[in-house]
Amino acid sequence: MPHLTNKQLDSGITLTACHDCDLLFPMPHLHKGEKAICPRCGALVLERKGHSFDYSLALALTSLILFTIANINTLLRMNVAGRSESENIISGVYELYTQGYWEIAALVFVVSIFAPLLKILCVFYVLAPLKFNARLPYAKQVFRFFEVLHPWAMTEVYMLGILVALVKLADLATINVGIALYAFAALIPFMAATDASLDDHEIWERLEPSD
Amino acid sequence: MKSNPNIAAHNGYLLCHTCHLLSRPETRAHTIPCPRCGSRLHSRKPDSLARTWALTLTAYILYIPANLLPIMTVTMSGRGEPDTIFSGVKELVLGGMWPLALLIFFASITVPVLKLVVITYLLLSVQFRSQWRPRERTALYRITESVGRWSMIDIFVIAILVALVKLGSLATIEAGAGAVAFGGVVVITMFAAMSFDPRLIWDAMENHHE
Repeated sequence: MPHLTNKQLDSGITLTACHDCDLLFPMPHLHKGEKAICPRCGALVLERKGHSFDYSLALALTSLILFTIANINTLLRMNVAGRSESENIISGVYELYTQGYWEIAALVFVVSIFAPLLKILCVFYVLAPLKFNARLPYAKQVFRFFEVLHPWAMTEVYMLGILVALVKLADLATINVGIALYAFAALIPFMAATDASLDDHEIWERLEPSD
Repeated sequence: MKSNPNIAAHNGYLLCHTCHLLSRPETRAHTIPCPRCGSRLHSRKPDSLARTWALTLTAYILYIPANLLPIMTVTMSGRGEPDTIFSGVKELVLGGMWPLALLIFFASITVPVLKLVVITYLLLSVQFRSQWRPRERTALYRITESVGRWSMIDIFVIAILVALVKLGSLATIEAGAGAVAFGGVVVITMFAAMSFDPRLIWDAMENHHE
């Protein structure tokens, strides 16, 4: 056997290490809602969130619906001199691309559409089968990908960008707010709540083969 | 090196970066996959200092065109007016939009500069085996890693404005090369923060007590 995992120590004590300072210490037994903080550097090492998968899945489903509404409708519409121009996330990406700035177009696409959408889909792919004690193929790789995507999903930053654009243009033209903006604003707390409800530690344990 | 019983790496334990499983591989093979999630296990992030230096220096270089070149050009009634990051903030101040000016100043100027300065400081502190306040330096690292994303505001504003203001001869807004460089700074500093390993701060503390 090539590995001794933390469950297989002879002494029966479960050890863990801090990801920020590598301090080795016995893994505390946590109750729901408790956190373990590294005694040396103060990093959050472990948190037992104790939410059910149903809870996370419900939040993810709401996020997916809001995300869809936010992306297929109009975010902002500008009316000037009888002309009107409407905008949503993808039209911003497209316009940057047609102006020849494919680098920023790609960046905006990845952080405001691609990463948030895939994150939500990853939650479904991993959690929905786990609810029935099943695992779809590549569930581990998908969840690994989910953790990689995490810093690149910038929905809340985009929302602030919309507000800044609104204020900047308010003096120059009449701006109408589209239904997508409301969906987008509602999406942010739901996506944050989905992330906050996920207990990575528990999910990884459940993804482990039971042999 | 004296081994410390409280440090995972000194006792042959490897913590998985992805799923946080602690394991003790018996082989000394170069690439060991995590027994649970399959990620490659490392005692420390590979070539952390070299990679972080390379990315940080790249970001410094890109920071120059990001501030000198226009991030967008507003053309109104045929007259084009290029805007750099700084002139955009200045205009907001002149227009009396103080809260917005402060927000953009913070997101587009303060955060990227502080991020570069902090990463440089952390790199130097590790290389010179600084013994000063490791706990606070680790906290500084965590803040730096999480705050970088907010610099993207300006890029998003540009993406929204170019699609919204397309009024032909009346007014158009075009993105500028400065935005590409600035986007590069944001992305590269995010990678730089990811490649830095805060455990090196604590390794430098260990060896001092030999």
